[in-house]
Amino acid sequence: MKNSEIWIAFYTIIRREIRRFMRIWPQTLLPPAITMTLYFAIFGNLIGTRIGEMGGFSYMQYIVPGLIMMSVITNSYSNVASSFFSVKFQHSIQELLVSPTPNSVILLGYVLGGVARGLAVGFIVTILSLFFSDLPLQNLFLTIVVVTLTSIMFSLGGFVNALYARSFDDVSIIPTFVLTPLTYLGGVFYSIDLLPQFWQNVSLLNPILYMVNAFRFGILGVSDINVYWALIIVCLFIVVLYCFGLNRLNQGRGIRD
Amino acid sequence: MTYALEISDLKKQYDNGFEALKGVNLKVEKGDFFALLGPNGAGKSTTIGILCSLVNKTSGKVSICGEDIDLNFARAKQYLGVVPQEFNFNVFETVFNVVVTQAGFYGIPTVIAEERAEKYLKQLALWDKKDVQSRMLSGGMKRRLMIARALIHEPDILILDEPTAGVDIELRRSMWEFITKLNDAGTTIILTTHYLEEAEQLCRNIAIINSGEIVENTSVKALLKTLSQETFIFDLDSGLPAEFSLPDYHVMVSPDRMSLEVEVSKGQSLNHVFLELDKVDCHVVSMRNKSNRLEELFVKLTKG
Repeated sequence: MKNSEIWIAFYTIIRREIRRFMRIWPQTLLPPAITMTLYFAIFGNLIGTRIGEMGGFSYMQYIVPGLIMMSVITNSYSNVASSFFSVKFQHSIQELLVSPTPNSVILLGYVLGGVARGLAVGFIVTILSLFFSDLPLQNLFLTIVVVTLTSIMFSLGGFVNALYARSFDDVSIIPTFVLTPLTYLGGVFYSIDLLPQFWQNVSLLNPILYMVNAFRFGILGVSDINVYWALIIVCLFIVVLYCFGLNRLNQGRGIRD
Repeated sequence: MTYALEISDLKKQYDNGFEALKGVNLKVEKGDFFALLGPNGAGKSTTIGILCSLVNKTSGKVSICGEDIDLNFARAKQYLGVVPQEFNFNVFETVFNVVVTQAGFYGIPTVIAEERAEKYLKQLALWDKKDVQSRMLSGGMKRRLMIARALIHEPDILILDEPTAGVDIELRRSMWEFITKLNDAGTTIILTTHYLEEAEQLCRNIAIINSGEIVENTSVKALLKTLSQETFIFDLDSGLPAEFSLPDYHVMVSPDRMSLEVEVSKGQSLNHVFLELDKVDCHVVSMRNKSNRLEELFVKLTKG
């Protein structure tokens, strides 16, 4: 395929992915908006006022970056996992496999579809958060870089999950039993300084802690960890997941035979 | 000579050890109307799956319009349009989007894709359904949609895997008319079908695959010439007298004696049957083959 044709194929996949999650917006865009509004109202407003300050900010301000990141992570992941598994399940993946579209373009197309939904949900949640709190936004560039890289990373994770999945249950296992606990324990609602030393060290093994804190640093200027470490870890995960996903796709594991 | 399709020693063994293809060799000339026949599980779909990248081959060589799929599969895929047996489009997309999206996967700009989509959807009588979600279509319409989708990049070879399965007679005929026109315009057609009379009427060349091996690969005419015997049914204008006999033929008379079933071997003449009937003052009103001729050969080649 010529480069111009590859771009058309790439754009076609992304356009189809965006059309998909926009068509079913009550399932994709509305639920995180409602859930996060409840988080803001209950944890931020009702409980947060009794907790007081954290890291020099009101509790509401402190949890907003984490909650935005939480919605970006879960939506990026679930978009690719469910969309790619669905096309596998109804065999419409064959439309792509019989075409000359390179596997790398298929992978990147789905990942950017996941990023589009992750960022769309992140934007909606950010707008909603402004009804409850001010966001100082210390470093716009870093904020955008961190949220985009995190969305790419979890979209890749969703893609790998979908490649392995053989039933719809397989698509929901990782988000339920891995992503959600890691997100809740990833410093969304608290600073790890509050934990005993042992649990602080354990928390440092949680990759989501780095992303939440780097994002919080971009918005509030405070972080429990070194932001450069966060960026290195995210980039490392992206490279590993991309290579792994592409390798599986090239071998046809989970989609051919 | 560059063939539309050239397969050499193609083998496929699945992970569970099942050997689906045991060294298939096949050549299809450009512009041919070719049938790949075989019983269920013979290896037809595996062969087609390998051609269009849905199944990984174990070994062997496949060239599509001269392009080796191991060297440049992307280029080879450009030559192929595939209409699979099972519906495999996104059922939540509209008919128009299914076709235009497929064009995008081949790198066709949207403007051209939309023009072609209109052309093929009109030709296949689906234009009035263009904004309907594809899941709402009838079975026949879904099959026509898959043909339109397969043609959107105007391939040199169109592969149809059981395209008329479950399609009513009228639609089947219009579908074959459409496919024949495509073939007349130069598109190579490769089809698998269970309706052997279709293969006999439409195809010039034929391959019969059984248990992962090609057991016959020749022209339909040449294959039919190998028939050693055919059974004909004669409908008569009056009851056949009891004294009628055809000594060298195997004959069966219907209970009402108004029709006669005669097995005619190679070298035997039908004229003799007519003459003998004439002698007893019975005239033939109509005559037909008892079963499809190709079907007889197919059973013979694939049994055991």
